[in-house]
Amino acid sequence: MNAVVCVKQVPDTETLIKLNAEGTEIATEGVKWILNPYDEYAVEEAVQQKEKAGDGSVTLVTLGPDRALEALRSGLAVGADTAVHINDAAFAEKTDPYATAVALAAAVKELEYDMIFCGKQAMEDDAGQVASILGELLELPVVTVVVKLEVSDDKKTAIVTREIEGGHAVIEVPLPAVFTAQKGLNNPRYASLPGIMKAKKKPVTVKTVADLGVSAEPMTVVKSMSLPPDRQAGKMIEGDDAAAKAIALAKALHEEAKII
Amino acid sequence: MPEILVYAEVQKGEIKKGAFEIASKAKALGGQVSACIIGKDVEGLAGQLGKFGADKIYVVDGPEFENYSTEPFVQALAHVAGLVNPSIIFLSASAQGKDLTPAVAARLKVGSISDCVDLTLDGDKVTAKRPMYAGKAYAMVEANGTPQVLSIRPNSFGVEEIAGAGAVEKVDVSLDESKIKTVVKSVEVAASEAPDQTEAEIIVSGGRGIDGAENFKLLEDLVRALGPNATIGASRAAVDAEWIDHGYQIGQTGKTVSPNLYIAAGISGAIQHLAGITTSKVIVAIDKDPEAPIFSKADYGIVGDLFEVLPKLTEEVKKIKG
Ligand SMILES: Cc1cc2nc3c(=O)[nH]c(=O)nc-3n(C[C@H](O)[C@H](O)[C@H](O)COP(=O)(O)OP(=O)(O)OC[C@H]3O[C@@H](n4cnc5c(N)ncnc54)[C@H](O)[C@@H]3O)c2cc1C
Ligand SMILES: Nc1ncnc2c1ncn2[C@@H]1O[C@H](COP(=O)(O)O)[C@@H](O)[C@H]1O
Repeated sequence: MNAVVCVKQVPDTETLIKLNAEGTEIATEGVKWILNPYDEYAVEEAVQQKEKAGDGSVTLVTLGPDRALEALRSGLAVGADTAVHINDAAFAEKTDPYATAVALAAAVKELEYDMIFCGKQAMEDDAGQVASILGELLELPVVTVVVKLEVSDDKKTAIVTREIEGGHAVIEVPLPAVFTAQKGLNNPRYASLPGIMKAKKKPVTVKTVADLGVSAEPMTVVKSMSLPPDRQAGKMIEGDDAAAKAIALAKALHEEAKII
Repeated sequence: MPEILVYAEVQKGEIKKGAFEIASKAKALGGQVSACIIGKDVEGLAGQLGKFGADKIYVVDGPEFENYSTEPFVQALAHVAGLVNPSIIFLSASAQGKDLTPAVAARLKVGSISDCVDLTLDGDKVTAKRPMYAGKAYAMVEANGTPQVLSIRPNSFGVEEIAGAGAVEKVDVSLDESKIKTVVKSVEVAASEAPDQTEAEIIVSGGRGIDGAENFKLLEDLVRALGPNATIGASRAAVDAEWIDHGYQIGQTGKTVSPNLYIAAGISGAIQHLAGITTSKVIVAIDKDPEAPIFSKADYGIVGDLFEVLPKLTEEVKKIKG
């Protein structure tokens, strides 16, 4: 069972986002970078499926600058076997989900796979698009927001459960296919010390736009960025006891905020 | 005047409110608006869209569209887009919209902009404001290709009824079966009438302070008192404790919401939780710890035991709603 996992490096979810002086992108000083949390579920699923099948390999693919190698190492430390790092200045400035998917598709085409995993969304652009575009480019079916995945004994199909509004849908899909991992799919393992040591020796192939023969031209462009107005602390509801406070709150929501 | 095509999602036999929001917005932007509705036995619903600005409503109706499945819906919507030739396509960023938007855009060989919360129009070119980093920043984004495909976060725009009546046209789509590889085996949706968190006007969320699955009943009572547009939410701590399903989680690894009223009970206000609620109009925090960070973002705060505050609050709300 061979799997490809597309992984992205993103700012730690604890990060307080600030902007650069021009207001065109985030200020990156002091940002701690991590493997996108949804991609952790994707990697874990690929590794578990490989373990269950008893053969095959898991290849990570990322598009990102030099530092993205760290994200690859995190995935290699928890059981992925090899990695491809698309690293090209042409992408450094502005990229978007479309251009990203074009590059990933070109890299993935050179690999062996029965399944391709992505995260539900990258916790930075929060686009939730790359996997769908990737599927279109590779002419593969895509199932998004997957919370359960079972491969048939003949390894030709998968039965997957995906989250839908207010419930779940169960879908049968022939392999190869593209899946996006939602929280709940599995419990990602922690990297062990030997795992981390081994990851340093696992092969990472670096590719450029020229190697892949693709264009880095984005379809959408971020013109500027802004920060949301800082929410200020409002009014503390005072009262002699909990009941008095609850009464005062209901009154404030009704008469002042006019919201109930 | 740009031609705007609005995809109107149907759920449980009704057009979703998000569809009326995006149709209203398309009209308000000064567009020539058409709508597309896809499903089984949906023809009778189509006319409603006229009241929200659609001059023409394309209906794709058939048993093969009974359950949502990406590929058939992509084909149907792309087909209608081919008829309308719009410069802009709007979808609602509901669960279905999030799946359909990038797929249909990719089929039309363009990029898309997801989860937009504001839009401006310059000629035929739309610029969208969208949150990134789970709402910790906003980006102004432009799409280069045509059509410009955008998904729009529910509750971002109001619904504006007008005296219009759109012309309904039935469209036959012959599906390319060779491309339809997935089979929907079953669909399980809770019988609950409550709106999805992303669309609810009021959310009452519980965190670790709720201290057990059985105590979510306190939140349910309050939700019921607040009316049909209210629903339950939860922090990750409550979800991880398995008191409630992940579908209820609010925050960075859950849903990002913008209700009119967000009530957090027993939720400390971790940055990942706050990221999901910053666009709420009014935030209320109920926590026994006066130092809880949630208070620094709340419009109204009560320091107190939620087990005492919530039942009383429910009682008061019932009186007001009387
Ligand atoms: C990658 C990543 C993603 C994450 N994504 C999310 C996310 O999407 N959503 C999310 O919520 N979290 C998320 N988290 C987790 C987040 O960091 C916090 O751990 C979590 O939000 C804490 O939940 P809580 O506020 O319910 O629990 P706590 O922080 O334990 O707070 C419980 C609060 O309840 C109060 N309390 C206790 N008993 C009572 C009582 N009887 N009456 C009144 N108050 C009481 C306490 O004073 C306390 O303030 C994420 C973390 C990571 C690392
Ligand atoms: N630069 C990238 N390199 C590799 N994978 C990516 C990249 N960007 C996005 N992805 C994958 O696509 C998923 C969704 O990303 P997005 O569409 O940007 O929200 C991520 O969780 C990754 O699995």
